[in-house]
Amino acid sequence: MSGPLPARRPLRRLRPRLALSILGPDGVKSIHEAALEVLGRAGVRFPSARALGILADSGCAVDWERQVARIPPDLAMAAISRAPRRFTLGARDPEDNLDLDGEHCYLSTDGCGIQVYDLQTGSPRRSTGEDVYHSALVADYLDSIAFYWGPTVSAQDVAPAVRPLRELEAAFLGTSKHVQPETIISAQVAEWCVEMALAEVGSVEELRRRPIFSVMQCALDPLGQDGGSLEASLVAAAHGVPTGFMPMPMSCATAPATLAGNLVVATVDALAPLILIQLAHPGAPVFFAAAPTVMDLVTGGYTGGSPEDYLLGGAFNEVCRYYGLPLSMGAMATGAKLPDWQAALDNALSTIMPLLTGTAMLTGAGLLNGSKIFSYQQLIMDCEIHSVAARVSEGIQVDAETLAVDLICRIGPGGNYLSDPHTLRHLRDIWRPRVIDRSPYDAWERSGRRGAFQAATDLARSILEQHRPRPVEAAVRREWDRILAAAARQ
Amino acid sequence: MERDKLLEEMYRVVYEGDIEQAAQVAERGLAAGLDPLDCLNLGFMPALERVGEEFGKGEKFLPELVAAGEAMQRALAVVQPHLAAARRDRLTLGRVLLGTVEGDIHEIGKRIVGSLLIAAGFEVVDLGVDVSAATFLDRARELRPSIVGLSALLTTTMVRQKEVIDLFRQAGVRVQIMVGGAPVTASWAEEIGADGYAEDGGSAVVLARKLAGGTGS
Repeated sequence: MSGPLPARRPLRRLRPRLALSILGPDGVKSIHEAALEVLGRAGVRFPSARALGILADSGCAVDWERQVARIPPDLAMAAISRAPRRFTLGARDPEDNLDLDGEHCYLSTDGCGIQVYDLQTGSPRRSTGEDVYHSALVADYLDSIAFYWGPTVSAQDVAPAVRPLRELEAAFLGTSKHVQPETIISAQVAEWCVEMALAEVGSVEELRRRPIFSVMQCALDPLGQDGGSLEASLVAAAHGVPTGFMPMPMSCATAPATLAGNLVVATVDALAPLILIQLAHPGAPVFFAAAPTVMDLVTGGYTGGSPEDYLLGGAFNEVCRYYGLPLSMGAMATGAKLPDWQAALDNALSTIMPLLTGTAMLTGAGLLNGSKIFSYQQLIMDCEIHSVAARVSEGIQVDAETLAVDLICRIGPGGNYLSDPHTLRHLRDIWRPRVIDRSPYDAWERSGRRGAFQAATDLARSILEQHRPRPVEAAVRREWDRILAAAARQ
Repeated sequence: MERDKLLEEMYRVVYEGDIEQAAQVAERGLAAGLDPLDCLNLGFMPALERVGEEFGKGEKFLPELVAAGEAMQRALAVVQPHLAAARRDRLTLGRVLLGTVEGDIHEIGKRIVGSLLIAAGFEVVDLGVDVSAATFLDRARELRPSIVGLSALLTTTMVRQKEVIDLFRQAGVRVQIMVGGAPVTASWAEEIGADGYAEDGGSAVVLARKLAGGTGS
C-alpha cells in the first residue's frame, strides 16, 4: 500500500570535496600527448561530407575516400582552447537549471533501454512511449536525479522516423528537469528538436541562455564518429544547444587490451568531434563523455562492471580535468539481470570513482542487464547508492566547531552527547536512508520481511500515482503537435 | 622427420593464432609434397578443435579463439584450391552470410559472431555494415548460403531485420535466417519470423549448428 508522497525536493547539487588521483600529472600528460599523436598520425573517420569539409578548410589532411581527417596538434589545441569551461544545462523550470562549473556533479537516468520490468507483473516487457513518460515522471520527483538522460527506454510503439521527437515530448511532459537525448542522430531530427525547444522557451536568445535539452552522441570507436550524429550536433551547436560525444572503447575489441591504450582511444574519440564543433562554431558548449570498459573475455559482450571499468572511469575524469572541460561519465549500468548484490556492487563502485575524480555529469541510474532493462526499483535504489557515495565524496570538515574540544571536555569521561545542543545542531548533517532497511530483526519479520526492494516498489507506485510534474502550456503542446505532424509527413 | 615438423608447425600457427605465419606455413607444407587433406586433418584442424575445447573449459578466451580462426582462414585460402571440389564442400558445416542491416554501421558484434562461426567450422561471408535488404537477397541468390545472419544495434534499425526477412519470404528464397544485436530479443525474433536468435557469440554458434542441421551440441 502506498502512503502519501512527501513533497518533491529541490534537485541535489552535489559538490564533492575528496579528490582521488589515479594517473597523476605525468600519466595524464602521457595520455594527452598520445592522443594528439594519434589524431595527427592515424586521424579519425568522419563519415559526413559537411564535417570533412569543415576540417579540410581548417587545415586538416583529409582522405575523402576513407573519410578520414588527420588533425594537426596545433589545430587541435587551438580548437580545444575555444571550448567554454563552464556553461548551463537549462530546464523547463529554471529552478532546475544545472551549472556545469567544474565543481558540481549531477546524476541522470540511464538510457536507452528496450524493456521494462513492469511494476505490476514484475516481468520484463518491451518498452513504449508511455514508459518514457513514466520514467521521466519518477526522475522528476527524485532529488538525486538532476537531469533526464536517454530516453531511459525506447518508445518502440512509435514509428522510428518520429520516435526521437515523441520521446523528447514524453520526457518534457514528464519532467521539468533538463533532458539530454542520445537519439538525435540526423540534422533534420535535430532541427525539429530545436523547434520543439523554441516553442517552450519562446526565443532563440532564451534557448541559448537556457537550453532545455542537450545532445549526447555515441562515438564509433576506435577513431570514428557517426555521420548523422555529427551533422545533428552541428545543428545543435549552431543554436547554442550543448552537445557531447560518448566514446565507449572496449578493451580487446574496440580498444587495446591495456587500460592506458583504452584511455588514448577514449580521449581521441571525445576530442575529435569537439574539435570539429569548435572549428564550425567557436565557443559552442561541448562536453566530454565516456564509458570506457573492457570486453567480457568469454561472451565478447559488455561487462557492465569490472575493476577495470572503475579505474577507467576515474582516470578519464583526470584526463578531462587536464582540458578543463565538463565530463559526462557513464556509471552504474550494471550487467546484473535483477536489482541484486551484483547490481549494488557494480553501481556503488562505478559511482564513487567518478565522484572522487571530479565528473560533472554521471549517467545513469535505473537500467539493468547492461542498460537494456529499466527497473523503477533499481532507479530508486541507484539514487540511494548515489546518495551514499555523494556523502562520502563530501569528506570530513575539520574546524573548531567540528573538533568540538570544549564539548568533549565538558561532557567528560563516561558522559553522552545525545541531547546536547551541539548534537542537535549537527545531527541533520548525518546521512539518512530512504530505502535501505535498518529496522530491528523482529520489526522486519513483522513487516513481511520488507526490504529495500519493497520500499522502492512502494515509493515508485506512490510517485506514479501522486506526483504531477510542472505542466507544459496548451499552446506549446499545440505547436509540438504541429511539428510532430510535419515530421510524420516527411 | 620433415613431414612431422611441418604438421607440428601447422598445428602451432593455428593454436597460437599466428595469423602472420599461417599462409606461409601452409605453402611450405604443400611445397614439401604433403597431401592437402592431411595438412588440414592432421595439422590445422586439430589445433582449431583444441582451441575450441579449451575455450569451452575457460582456459582460452575469445580473442584467442578469434586469432585461431583467422589463422585457420589464411591457411585454408592456400590449401583449398588444391583439394578436389567434392572434398572442399565437406570441410565446412555450411556457408553463413552475415551483415549489419541498412542504416546501421555497427561492426564489432557481427565480427565476433563471424569469427566464432569460422572457428567452429563454418564458412563465413561478411557483407559488412549498412547492408540493404536487396543486397542480402542478391548475395544470398548468388552464394546460396545455408544461413543468413542479420545484426542490428539500434532500436531504430532492428526493424530492418523484418524487412529483410519479408523480402526473402516474398522472393521465395529458402534459407535459415538468424538475428542478433543489443536491442534484439527472442520475442522480437519470433515476431518477425526469424528462424533463430542468439544473445551472444557462443550461443550464435550453437544456433547456427542447429539451423545448419548439425547436432547443436
